[in-house]
Amino acid sequence: MYLTLSWRNLWRNKKRTLIAAASVFLAVLVAVVMRSMQIGSYAYMISSSVKFYTGYMQVQGNGYWENRSLNNSIMLDEKQQAEIAKIPHVTSVVPRLEAFSLVSFGKVTKVAQVTGVDPLVENNMTELKKRLVQGSYLTENPEGVLIAQGLADLLHVSVGDSVVLYGQGYHGVIAAAMLPVSGIVKFPIARMNNAMVFLTLTNAQDIFSTDGRITSLAVMLDDVRNQTAVFNALSSLVGDKYTLMTWEEMMPDLVQGIALDNASGLIMLIILYIVIAFGVFGTVMMMTTERAKEFGVLISVGMKRKRLIWVTTLETVFLAFLGAISGAAVSLAVITYFHYHPIPITGSAAPVFELLGVRPIFYFSTDPGLLINQALVVLLITLTTALYPLFFIKRLQPVQAMHG
Amino acid sequence: MPLIELHDLSKTYNTAAVPVQAVKNVSLQIEKQEFTAIVGPSGSGKTTLLNLIGGLDKPTGGSIFVEGKDIATLKANDLIDFRLHHIGFVFQAYNLIPVFTAKENVEFIMLLQGVSRAKREQRALELLESVGLGDKVNSFPPQLSGGQQQRVAVARALASRPSFVLADEPTANLDSHTAGALLDMMAQLNREYGMTFIFSTHDPRVIKRARRVVTLEDGAVKSDVRQNEGKRET
Ligand SMILES: Nc1ncnc2c1ncn2[C@@H]1O[C@H](COP(=O)(O)OP(=O)(O)OP(=O)(O)O)[C@@H](O)[C@H]1O
Ligand SMILES: [Mg+2]
Repeated sequence: MYLTLSWRNLWRNKKRTLIAAASVFLAVLVAVVMRSMQIGSYAYMISSSVKFYTGYMQVQGNGYWENRSLNNSIMLDEKQQAEIAKIPHVTSVVPRLEAFSLVSFGKVTKVAQVTGVDPLVENNMTELKKRLVQGSYLTENPEGVLIAQGLADLLHVSVGDSVVLYGQGYHGVIAAAMLPVSGIVKFPIARMNNAMVFLTLTNAQDIFSTDGRITSLAVMLDDVRNQTAVFNALSSLVGDKYTLMTWEEMMPDLVQGIALDNASGLIMLIILYIVIAFGVFGTVMMMTTERAKEFGVLISVGMKRKRLIWVTTLETVFLAFLGAISGAAVSLAVITYFHYHPIPITGSAAPVFELLGVRPIFYFSTDPGLLINQALVVLLITLTTALYPLFFIKRLQPVQAMHG
Repeated sequence: MPLIELHDLSKTYNTAAVPVQAVKNVSLQIEKQEFTAIVGPSGSGKTTLLNLIGGLDKPTGGSIFVEGKDIATLKANDLIDFRLHHIGFVFQAYNLIPVFTAKENVEFIMLLQGVSRAKREQRALELLESVGLGDKVNSFPPQLSGGQQQRVAVARALASRPSFVLADEPTANLDSHTAGALLDMMAQLNREYGMTFIFSTHDPRVIKRARRVVTLEDGAVKSDVRQNEGKRET
């Protein structure tokens, strides 16, 4: 009977209740869709950024990130690499030997980042082959090098020419080699386009006398959500023998960009929450004050305040759930739709994305946690408005209420 | 033992600039099965007196015994329970829960008392029948006339099997004819079930039907007369 009473009380003023429920509904919808797009876009930004080069995390020698010396290179044999690849949610592990050395062609000499890669594994991760603008990939030409387009222009070198690498190998051994240019690769980022040279890992290990050693092992995951789990598993596997670098540490700019955007999103959300809170509060307040006389009568005839509070709280609960559940249901439908039919980004922003090798698309996350969180927050905000009738009834003097 | 005993009861309101003594040294005994009207001009203290008897307001002097119990000793929550189990209330207006049908309104008070569903329903129907609303049990208050609403309120007041019914101007919003009919019905319940009624009123036609008339003036009892003794109304 209490439930019936609350439910019917809720519909005393249909229009008002519907408006209040609709505002809760809209709050959930807007919050979920907005967050879904933000979180989805971050995940996409992160996944395309880490795919670009660094991976979600890297196993490195202790101190390598700071001094980039071959002396901090590490020995991770195939068995160890396979063990890391077996960690749940790890999709691939990509070994590299990175070294700085001089590259000369004719009279021109430049500093380059020479990177030894496993051609197949590397291509699976970074799609290096797709960046070829000239020549052939390392799988067809394992003896050759790929030179980034900017660097090739500076050196005036083209496919078929041979360049000289000259630098320091492991423990100060001189590293020198003359290698044919088998392909030119183009990077959208100038810093890389003017500096990168790729060759096979075995070739690089030979030239720099590192004999089976690598400087880093990049790790790719199925989803950024599983990063912590993998990080923990990997940490216990490598212990403090090696250092684990996450993409956050390797790409602080990206982290900052996301944090900034996220903060502005959260501010919008908070404003939305406040607006909704006041809207619902107004309704609950009206529903309460206009019944002061009735409450007075009920307490007079012997209804305990606690029971009356229970009835009014139930009214708010009904209102909140009505809005939140329908909001969550519709949001789920909307984000699921957009997850599979993403919205293309048009206008001036589009070319920027394309330049970075990122599809210009708004991505939507279907993370159930997001839906549940937003629905819960709105639900809780709505439920706090039940405090108004609570205090109202606690302080109600039945005699005054009936005659006031 | 009288049903209700008032000893030197006073109530002074200090809320206004000048303190108002709404009830002045009232001593009164009301026996079971009485049918008492509290009358007096506006502001004479009728409502205040009924509120004190009903435990809705606290006296500033004197004491109230209901069935031998000093109600001043009850704590706030116990007082609510006391009202629920011992007193039936009929107010001038806003008596009923508008989203409940007549039957549900009557049932609700029994729900608060913890009466089982089957018993509630049965008693609600019986009571509505006895106040002449057997055909309106499923109507909502807004669909009922003012007189019918007050009848439902009386049925609800009786539903809790109280020791007595307090009714503050139950007929104030009714036309004189309807008011008379409501009073006849209350008088009938008084005769048939021996239910004690204490009601306040301005209406001479209502006063006429009482068996005891307590007249207040400036908060004090001016007269206390019995009438209609042994008389049978129609
Ligand atoms: N809550 C209050 N605060 C201050 N004064 C009050 C309060 N309630 C009643 N009074 C005063 O007490 C006196 C008695 O009021 P009461 O309402 O009991 O009279 P009444 O006989 O019921 O009048 P009416 O016939 O108009 O209903 C009046 O002077 C009134 O102004
Ligand atoms: Mg009055």
